[in-house]
Amino acid sequence: MKQVDRCKMKLISFTVNGTDVKVEISASDRLIDVLRDKLRLTGTKEGCGIGECGACTVIMNGVPVNSCLVPAFQAEGSVIETVEGLEQSGKLHPLQEAFVDHAAIQCGFCTPGMLMSALALLRENPHPTREEIARAISGNLCRCTGYHQIIEAIEDASMRMDPTE
Amino acid sequence: MSGGMEAIDNMSSFKVVNHPVRRVDAIAKVTGRAKFTDDLTFDRMLYGRVLRAKYPHAKILELDTRKAEEAPGVVCVITYADVPGAQAIGPVRPDMPVFVSTKTMYLGDAVAMVVAETPEMAEQALDLIRVEYEELPAIYDVEEAASEGALELHEDYPRNIVNHYPLRKGNVEEGFKASDIILERTYTTQLIEHAYIEPEAAIAVPGVAGDIMTIYGSIQNPFTARRHVASVLGVSLNKVRVVQCTMGGSFGGKDDVVSAICARAAVAALKTGRPVKIVHTREESIIESYKRHPYVMKYKVGATRDGKIVAMEVYILADAGPYSSMTPFVTWRSVVQATGPYEIPNVKTDVYGIFTNNTYTGAMRGFGSPQIIFAQESLMDELAEGLGMDPLELRLLNGFRQGSVTASGQVLEGHTVSLEEVIRKATDAIGYSEKWKTYAKNRPAKGKVRGVGFATSYRGVSLGAEGVDAVATLLSVQPDGSVYLHSGLAENGQGLKTVFSQIAAEELGCKLEDIVFMDTDTSVIPDSGATVASRSTTMGGGSVRNAAKKVKEVLFEVASKLLNVSPDEIEAADGKMYVKDEPGRSVDFKDVAKAGYSEGKLMAALGWYHAPKVTWDEETGQGKAYFTYVYGCQAVEVEVDCDTGKVKVLKVAAAHDVGRAINPATLKGQIYGGVAMGMGYGLLEEVELQKGITKTRNFDEYIIATSMDVPEVIPIIVENPDSHGPYGAKAVAEPTCELLAPAIANAVYNACGKRIRDLPLDLERVLLGRSLRAARGKRGSEQS
Repeated sequence: MKQVDRCKMKLISFTVNGTDVKVEISASDRLIDVLRDKLRLTGTKEGCGIGECGACTVIMNGVPVNSCLVPAFQAEGSVIETVEGLEQSGKLHPLQEAFVDHAAIQCGFCTPGMLMSALALLRENPHPTREEIARAISGNLCRCTGYHQIIEAIEDASMRMDPTE
Repeated sequence: MSGGMEAIDNMSSFKVVNHPVRRVDAIAKVTGRAKFTDDLTFDRMLYGRVLRAKYPHAKILELDTRKAEEAPGVVCVITYADVPGAQAIGPVRPDMPVFVSTKTMYLGDAVAMVVAETPEMAEQALDLIRVEYEELPAIYDVEEAASEGALELHEDYPRNIVNHYPLRKGNVEEGFKASDIILERTYTTQLIEHAYIEPEAAIAVPGVAGDIMTIYGSIQNPFTARRHVASVLGVSLNKVRVVQCTMGGSFGGKDDVVSAICARAAVAALKTGRPVKIVHTREESIIESYKRHPYVMKYKVGATRDGKIVAMEVYILADAGPYSSMTPFVTWRSVVQATGPYEIPNVKTDVYGIFTNNTYTGAMRGFGSPQIIFAQESLMDELAEGLGMDPLELRLLNGFRQGSVTASGQVLEGHTVSLEEVIRKATDAIGYSEKWKTYAKNRPAKGKVRGVGFATSYRGVSLGAEGVDAVATLLSVQPDGSVYLHSGLAENGQGLKTVFSQIAAEELGCKLEDIVFMDTDTSVIPDSGATVASRSTTMGGGSVRNAAKKVKEVLFEVASKLLNVSPDEIEAADGKMYVKDEPGRSVDFKDVAKAGYSEGKLMAALGWYHAPKVTWDEETGQGKAYFTYVYGCQAVEVEVDCDTGKVKVLKVAAAHDVGRAINPATLKGQIYGGVAMGMGYGLLEEVELQKGITKTRNFDEYIIATSMDVPEVIPIIVENPDSHGPYGAKAVAEPTCELLAPAIANAVYNACGKRIRDLPLDLERVLLGRSLRAARGKRGSEQS
């Protein structure tokens, strides 16, 4: 239905949560539009559209990005991870488990982005201090929780993911 | 069943309530499966984008939508002329147009809405709408608006008075004569944005089940939205069905503004016969949505030499913006609580809501309390200073005790008046008394200095004499023992589904995981008013418990046959029904349900909870304003950088009497979140308007606390069970957010001797004593 000039459309390929996808995009599409509207991965949220709130955070080639600031064409050939990819074979990721156990969720709108920022942190730094956790999620705004239970959850998740240290 | 007195349960026997169980909606939210409004799509769905006012106050001379209608993908352009029913909505007075017709009253007014096949097409066509305006003189200053001879923004509202609440107790003139010390101070507060991270959203779907209009949305109060949509469509209430989607935060904010969005979507859906979705951008959200009222507050207090407060006179102007919205209710809470939790024999309070052309204001977490608590708790410290007393001593000397009489003449009885307990617990937790003396003695003018402060409050639970106060819950046990719970109050993110499910599981004896709490649907459950006023646990929880009691009676009857004992010998817990004195003799909950179903028993019930009677005299401001109260205190330690004016909050102790913590984990979440929001109010946040034009439009300019800003918080849960609430529970959501700003202001004074009477305490105010921002001109004490 979209009245867009077909010759301005471009087909891009990338990987989302381990699956190869091909999507037709237009020049104005952002990564978040592709994820939410074309692939129907609606776990990624839009809160501000200018990269300030972090609700749209996904991991792109291992780096957390605000998907509202990434032009869709840049996703060509990339590896994208979204909140939908955290759960594996019906089993929650330790970060998800920890968020549930620590009541680190209220309205839940910031939660997907928060989880992705936390995941990127723990891969880089498996045993962060509270200060490091707070810094890593400082681009993810939450209006409900005051952050304490989120920080506790991430700290706990770091232990669950790598209990050897 | 009305909310009478009932025996308070023995805490040690609780199986589900009073435990930090997992949130029932947690899995859906951590997996991304929870469906927020914008996550839904419908076949042939269209998108609406609103054209807003160019000037805050202007006549619309001409509105030409023809070009926009011809743009690619545009299906139609909706204006006031398309509205089949009421043109305007409002909780008290229907004075806010869904689309303006002849003039704009503030920058967020909707002039027209493009409805198109895609959001981009709708957006692009906005530029093609031609509007010819004639700017009108406007009023942006609340004191100017309230003055004699001021321009009247609405006919028949002289001095732009939306409403006036007087309160008279004793005789203040006599009281001031008997005083040894009299202080007069002006305090002001700023315009505050709710800043829920999910912007407003709604979808109207026409023609489901005949001619019913179904609305899905991020809606705090589904029944209010239904009432407004029905009136705008000109149909009866049962022709509109509102279903609440998972909501990305609200804090009082997704009420009137969302009703307007729902109504716009419904008008467009009716006209096109297709589903219509409206999702605001952050900029639209901040420009259109109502805010927390800025207040100008003039306080006069008189006390004797030994610290007894004899008289207090309060004059408050609340900036309502151009529409009544919730202003009459918000300012009512202010008039009740304006003089704080102190026994004062002579009180004269006048609170006015005032129309201006600023962004309209309404409900926001606290609801008329954060403003007056900022003033009154700053004033208490100023009075203590004037008397040469310790601020703690002054408050304990005048603070409410069991049987104290409030400003409205209400005797505080029937619940535990725990003011002293919360004050002592919060102040002790940060070592207030000792630090206060040390810091006050040592005030270098340079470098970083520390200070401590606190603020305390009492707060009426639920709506009080504001309005109808009753809640319904439908509990239905299925043949396999699983349970549906439907409530008239809605999950806003705070954890209501979990708390209600806990209460149902506790009372019914089923397992928590066997309960499914359905999203609120106005076609299923009776109108229960709004999920506001920190009333859900007390009022809604009461209705859950009543529903569960009714169903339990039926199930016990069934179980009594299976167990061969009389029903009154049975108890239920953890998915089993068993003989009281022989817990080994039991039957599974699900087997009872199965048997009950085969016997044709009704295993569902509607629980109803009606608030106890309250009274109010509009002329004198006297009466039993609320049926019970909560008490809270937050104490804070700050570090002030004398060279930059930066205030860093180091530690907060928050003591709140909640009656009973149904879920201590989510309750702590309320405290942490309220403290963060309260800190934003004190230090960071302000929606800047310049002559009615919104300057702060997104999170790059409207600054809310990040994970790097929040201080260490010590949550102190105080439990004095209340006879009105389920298992003794009262309320916590709003009190957590109303105390920190004055506590910080008092701590800043303690640190560096600067008394700041205007919020927020930003760098300029702390360093220079005045704000450099042009927003709203000079305020309050900055004028002198």
